[in-house]
Amino acid sequence: MDFNLVIAGEAGQGLNTLNFVLSKILFKSGFHIYSTKNYESRVRGGHNFMKIRFGDEKITAPKDEQDILLALNKASIEIHQDYVKDDGIMIYNGESYEGELREKNQDKEIFSLEAALIAQDIGNGRVANTVFVGVLLKLLGMNLKIAEEVLDEYFRRAEDIKQMNIDALHKGYEKAEVAKRRFEMPEVTPRDNQILINGNQAIGMGAAVAGVQFYSAYPMTPATGVMNYLAKRQNDLGIVVEQAEDEIAAIMMALGGSYSGIRSMTGSSGGGFALMTEAVSFAGIAELPIVIVDVQRPGPATGLPTRTEQADLLFTINAGHGDFPKMVIAVKDAEDAFYQTFRAVNLAEKYQIPVILLSDQFLADAEVNVDAFDLEELENYNGFISDKEAKNITDYRRYAFSDDGVSPMAYPGQLEDDIVLIDSDEHDEHGHIIEDAETRVKMVDKRFDKIDKLIMEDLEEPEYVGPENIDYLLIGWGSTYGPLQEARELLEQDGHDVGLLTFSDVWPLPIEELEDKIDGPTSIIVENNGTAQFSRLISAETGIMINHELVKYNGRPFTAHEIYEAIQEEVID
Amino acid sequence: MVNPEIYEPNRETAWCPGCGDIPLRQCLAEVLAELELKPSQVTMFTGIGQAAKMPHYIKVNGFNGLHGRALPPAIGMRLANPEMKVIVESGDGDTYAEGGNHILHNIRRNPDIAHFVHNNQIYGLTKGQASPTSEETLTTSTQPNGITQRPFNPVKFAIAMGATFVARSFVGKKEHLKAMMKAAINHKGYALIDILQPCVSFNKINTYQWYMKRVYELGDDYNSTDYHDAIKKADEWGDNIPIGIIYKAEGVPIFRDRHPQIGDRVLVKEKKHPREFQALIDELK
Repeated sequence: MDFNLVIAGEAGQGLNTLNFVLSKILFKSGFHIYSTKNYESRVRGGHNFMKIRFGDEKITAPKDEQDILLALNKASIEIHQDYVKDDGIMIYNGESYEGELREKNQDKEIFSLEAALIAQDIGNGRVANTVFVGVLLKLLGMNLKIAEEVLDEYFRRAEDIKQMNIDALHKGYEKAEVAKRRFEMPEVTPRDNQILINGNQAIGMGAAVAGVQFYSAYPMTPATGVMNYLAKRQNDLGIVVEQAEDEIAAIMMALGGSYSGIRSMTGSSGGGFALMTEAVSFAGIAELPIVIVDVQRPGPATGLPTRTEQADLLFTINAGHGDFPKMVIAVKDAEDAFYQTFRAVNLAEKYQIPVILLSDQFLADAEVNVDAFDLEELENYNGFISDKEAKNITDYRRYAFSDDGVSPMAYPGQLEDDIVLIDSDEHDEHGHIIEDAETRVKMVDKRFDKIDKLIMEDLEEPEYVGPENIDYLLIGWGSTYGPLQEARELLEQDGHDVGLLTFSDVWPLPIEELEDKIDGPTSIIVENNGTAQFSRLISAETGIMINHELVKYNGRPFTAHEIYEAIQEEVID
Repeated sequence: MVNPEIYEPNRETAWCPGCGDIPLRQCLAEVLAELELKPSQVTMFTGIGQAAKMPHYIKVNGFNGLHGRALPPAIGMRLANPEMKVIVESGDGDTYAEGGNHILHNIRRNPDIAHFVHNNQIYGLTKGQASPTSEETLTTSTQPNGITQRPFNPVKFAIAMGATFVARSFVGKKEHLKAMMKAAINHKGYALIDILQPCVSFNKINTYQWYMKRVYELGDDYNSTDYHDAIKKADEWGDNIPIGIIYKAEGVPIFRDRHPQIGDRVLVKEKKHPREFQALIDELK
């Protein structure tokens, strides 16, 4: 069973809080949950909505079809009515609901409630949304115990507001008695070892757990959530989050931290990342560890600020001038985002290279339940020489030639009788500027030797899901993972033999698994951009041509059904 | 007493014979030695340009980064390590053109950084174009009709922005320059010295002789803590150019003071195990 609930209204109507409270109640009750956000680039007004999909089995993608629409204004009904199932309910925040709209939705129940008036009676108009929480729980046949716990926790710093919200919850629950339609929810039991988390939080948490002590950034949607996550906890964690004057300063500050010996990170969305590219190239030649997260939004330039796209792939892979090694990892979901961020911080230090994490708005804001991350398994890689080794060094060479290109890394002050010199110009082993041809070639080779080592030791092949013998091979990268998983299952239910290959490591491009799976089945690549960038990368790197390219670039994420239907129409039929 | 020679101030350089950077480097080596600092206790951040090559010509920890971007990485180090002496060296183009946004915001941050700007009023490394501080009367290969902008007044700018230490000095007055450098390094906060430094190859106006005739040292009767007097002093330019500490404010919180969560901790010496972060997970249950 799975159930889709949509809450819609204007910016400023409290949708975020409503979404958080509802999601938390459903999660704590034991449901699997997947909520996504749709919002506009404005502070008030416009049209925003959040979809909360929940059920008794793991959910990996959003769905268009809705069981309940909670419309906080009339426009929300007009926009979403066509997606509400015939046996669905539309809950409306208003006195009457007549005319054309009622005519159009004859089969659906429209439950109209003047929540604002009820809230005013309680003493605070702002608790109106909690009245709707009560309504929804009644319609879903749930009790109020967990809801009370969630409100108790959420409003723990404001006793009077908390009580008004609890009153509003009960009021809504009572009022919904008169609703004609009800839904039966399956029995679920709370699972203690799960957390509810979104992609940005997962990246922030992955950074903190990896020991990142400094995060500098300039706010840019949809990357700001990573900064917010760490900023809110910086006092508890004893770390620093600095809002830089621009993205250039943000990455340079982080590189200064990195040079000084602390794990440092920065992040932005495509436009902000564009400003950082000179420094990405600098990190390459200076061999400074750095992790940069690019939470993609549609471009070019400022594009659609609050929407989603996977169109920075080729840009990030090619970011920075000159030849130098870097790594690009596209995170697949919140769980992957956590572990990959942790891994990225370690790999940046192990290879002394820039590592770019690619996420996107869809993943950043999608809130899901996942198994609590297992910290026991995680170990930090120490890329610095030990203090004991440092004591004996009198002729330190920051860029010493070595078999694998990785030089012994010390931080300033660590060497009692020597210094650490890094340079953006081509340099010798000590870090001093050179111009001779021979050293130049040796240094370029040294830096690329590190990538050879990385490919041998740390590059991860894409994840494959599906039977051994297949007729269709789905290929995706990053956040399309969830919708593709469900689409694969839907195709399988129709009797097709389908496999799914999803890449996290995209640069360097791992090719073994791809070469192993590509021969035979019809291949279909699914990408949230307009030009099938990953398909182009694959053909450029391997010569492999993918049979079908399914792209979407309207700023919205894929749903599983649309992938499923497009494959049926364009590939199978 | 530390011997200035440990800073290796006589290394071969790419600077022109007679360049103002040469005496500047010698002054710096002597100052660091007189402050009893070892090379490992000092880190220099630079951008790009002739001045920015300084960490290659003097033995301290060095970060020779990107054009205009010397200040931001110094901030990163200020957080990581409160014990390190941090010096930023940059030219007038590096600081006031490419790095304009950073100097503006670092005055607001007031980090514990001594910033020495080699101001020769010309772009030397790119062979003679106007800099933000060039005289309007100058004509150059790229400004054959003269400069289209009025000169930037870094001293007035920094004072007006609330910088807590603003000085001007001249490489032709070595003892003065050394005194300014010492005061800047010892200042708790952001200390800017605009150092007049002739470019013997490209700036044919602001020569040693030109400066020698004009600069005068501020006397003991000058009160460097008075903002309005300082602004007036900052406007003096032309026949009489004051050098010295033009403005100074004590007791203004420095960047690290505003991060009580790290206090005086040396972050670079701290290593945490992933297991110590369980609370972050429990919070989302």
